[in-house]
Amino acid sequence: MPEFEPKIVAFCCRYCAYTAADLAGSMRLQYSPNIRVVEMPCSGTIEHGVILNAFEKGADGVYIAGCNLGDCHFLKGNVRAIKRVAAVKKVLDEIGLGGDRLEFFHVPASEGTKFAKVANDMTERIRQLGPSPLNKSAAGNAKKEGGQTA
Amino acid sequence: MSNLSKLQQVLDSGQFAVTAEIGPPKHSSPEGIRHHAEMMRDYVDATNITDNQTAIVRMSSIAAGAHVLGCGIEPIVQMTCRDRNRIAMQSDLLGAYSLGMRNVLCLSGDHQKFGNHPMAKNVYDIDSMQLIDNLRRMRDEKMFFSGDAIKESEPQFFIGAVANPFADPFEFRVDRLEKKVNAGAQFIQTQCIFDMERFERFMEMVRERGIDQRVHILAGVTPMKSWKAASYMQNNVSGMIVPNELVERLKNAEDPKREGLDICIEQIKYIKENVKGVHGVHIMAIAWEEVVPEIVEKSGLYPRPKVG
Amino acid sequence: MIVAQQKPINDIAQMINDCKKVLFVGCAGCVTVCLAGGEKETEVMASAMRIKRTLENNPLEAITYTCTRQCDPEYIASLDNVVKDVDAIVSLACGVGVQYLAERFKDKWVVPALDTKFIGGSTVHGVWEEKCGLCGECILHRTGGICPIIRCSKSILNGPCGGSQYGKCEVNKDIDCAWQLIYDRMKALGKLDKLMEIQPPKDWSKSRDGGPRKAIREDVMIDE
Ligand code: SF4
Ligand code: SF4
Repeated sequence: MPEFEPKIVAFCCRYCAYTAADLAGSMRLQYSPNIRVVEMPCSGTIEHGVILNAFEKGADGVYIAGCNLGDCHFLKGNVRAIKRVAAVKKVLDEIGLGGDRLEFFHVPASEGTKFAKVANDMTERIRQLGPSPLNKSAAGNAKKEGGQTA
Repeated sequence: MSNLSKLQQVLDSGQFAVTAEIGPPKHSSPEGIRHHAEMMRDYVDATNITDNQTAIVRMSSIAAGAHVLGCGIEPIVQMTCRDRNRIAMQSDLLGAYSLGMRNVLCLSGDHQKFGNHPMAKNVYDIDSMQLIDNLRRMRDEKMFFSGDAIKESEPQFFIGAVANPFADPFEFRVDRLEKKVNAGAQFIQTQCIFDMERFERFMEMVRERGIDQRVHILAGVTPMKSWKAASYMQNNVSGMIVPNELVERLKNAEDPKREGLDICIEQIKYIKENVKGVHGVHIMAIAWEEVVPEIVEKSGLYPRPKVG
Repeated sequence: MIVAQQKPINDIAQMINDCKKVLFVGCAGCVTVCLAGGEKETEVMASAMRIKRTLENNPLEAITYTCTRQCDPEYIASLDNVVKDVDAIVSLACGVGVQYLAERFKDKWVVPALDTKFIGGSTVHGVWEEKCGLCGECILHRTGGICPIIRCSKSILNGPCGGSQYGKCEVNKDIDCAWQLIYDRMKALGKLDKLMEIQPPKDWSKSRDGGPRKAIREDVMIDE
């Protein structure tokens, strides 16, 4: 069976993770092509609804990447993001999608390698979890390809 | 049936009174209370009958009081404000009086959170101060709590209240005692005394204001079975102060039960000799009723005066 | 404000299990301020419910609308067209809103998404505390501006009870004893003598015990 390619949305803070993504690019680091990066003015601007929306639209995984504790450009945006992520993880557990599909990571601007590692780790994690039942295209693919192998 | 409370007669005649406590059972058999009542009969002037103490369901204090009365001891019916509204309170108290009960102790009651029905709705329609005030009006002004006249046979209770010198704010505890006396309290039983120094300071303030001239104060004492019981009270019962020395003394004792009794007897003797303004003791031998006769005897309070 | 909290999402899901199309109605009043049932929370709940139902192979069409206030008939009138083909309405308002919706939309299954808790205010963002018990006859002028009806665990009017210690209530070490607060404040104001007056029993007929209450202001009523 061909490997499932997860669709992952990464909400990245402009002051750290997003810059780190650029850095990873200029360092010519290979990282998972499954990541769709969304630039955020601060990880703290993430909202419960936006995360759920990504899942509803078919994302297999979502993560928020913000600065190290104490390094937030807006002082506490990352702390707030961490709390919101925890709250949405709980909702995901309750409704049966599973909180594991969502995570928060600290990715400082200077660490292109960390950006790549987080992207690869999350891709691997979601690959293990399998496609989200809401990911119509993945389910379709799996069925079609499954048919081929049969 | 005499209209006058024996306890009142003992106190009003200036004698040092002794009261104890009987906790009604968590079932419907009166055997245990009768046994305790008979055992204590000659050693105390009256016994409190607790009212669903610590909010644990037990036999009604009035029903248990009837059994105790049948055994020849005068009950002090405890009535908390937690479980009854003013209608039920008055009705129950009319009933208690009709059964021959003459003493009532008015209290707020422990919050139901501590009991075996924490999901219950509490009442607190009126508070203990208002209960005292209205019981006095029932007797002296022949009026129900609403102001309606009681046309005949108004209950003439000897009205008691509690005071806790160990709760906060300390300065206000004497004020609140005075307020209860103003409301109509005729006798006061205090919370268990372990911190004698604080109790003496409390009594000093009481005497300064002459409150001891207007009300009979009975000092509450509790014999402790073990250092664990003492330490539990120290840490878990709000409104108690148990000094460390006491816990240590029990811990180091060869026979902790004996030591507990000795401490209690020492306390009673000390209070009787040294703390002016105290008119009696109230022995709360919680779930240890059988030691009351010995405590009374060894404290030099036996035999009890004959009255009525 | 009225403070409410969301019920567990699975409890709400249970109430609308057999419905195919559901309207989630938020309220822009108190429950927006206490972050329980405003526009954002309504969207989140609808989204979560859609995901849940998709996972259960029982897809749900969830639509949302947030009223200015659900406790005012004129503001829920705007729902008249929206509710037409829905099987159920989930209200994210306090109990008042739920009832106004149920009254207006007589043939609809209307269910509550929130537990209405109390009236109070917020100390810091994310923390709300109860301040008033709606007793119907305020006595704050006698208690230094601190409500013993709701803040004293036993609603004592002549407190504090014997369980007050170190400023805390006997019920829980995290609860301030209202009567310690009252004492402190009256002392600071030099009005301790007021606490020596015996407060009479409260007239609870002015509270819920008189039956459901109504407030009427003839002078502001609009003639038909
Ligand atoms: S006294 Fe009554 S109206 Fe005033 S704050 Fe307390 S409960 Fe509310
Ligand atoms: S400790 Fe204070 S707040 Fe608690 S019940 Fe007693 S008087 Fe009320």
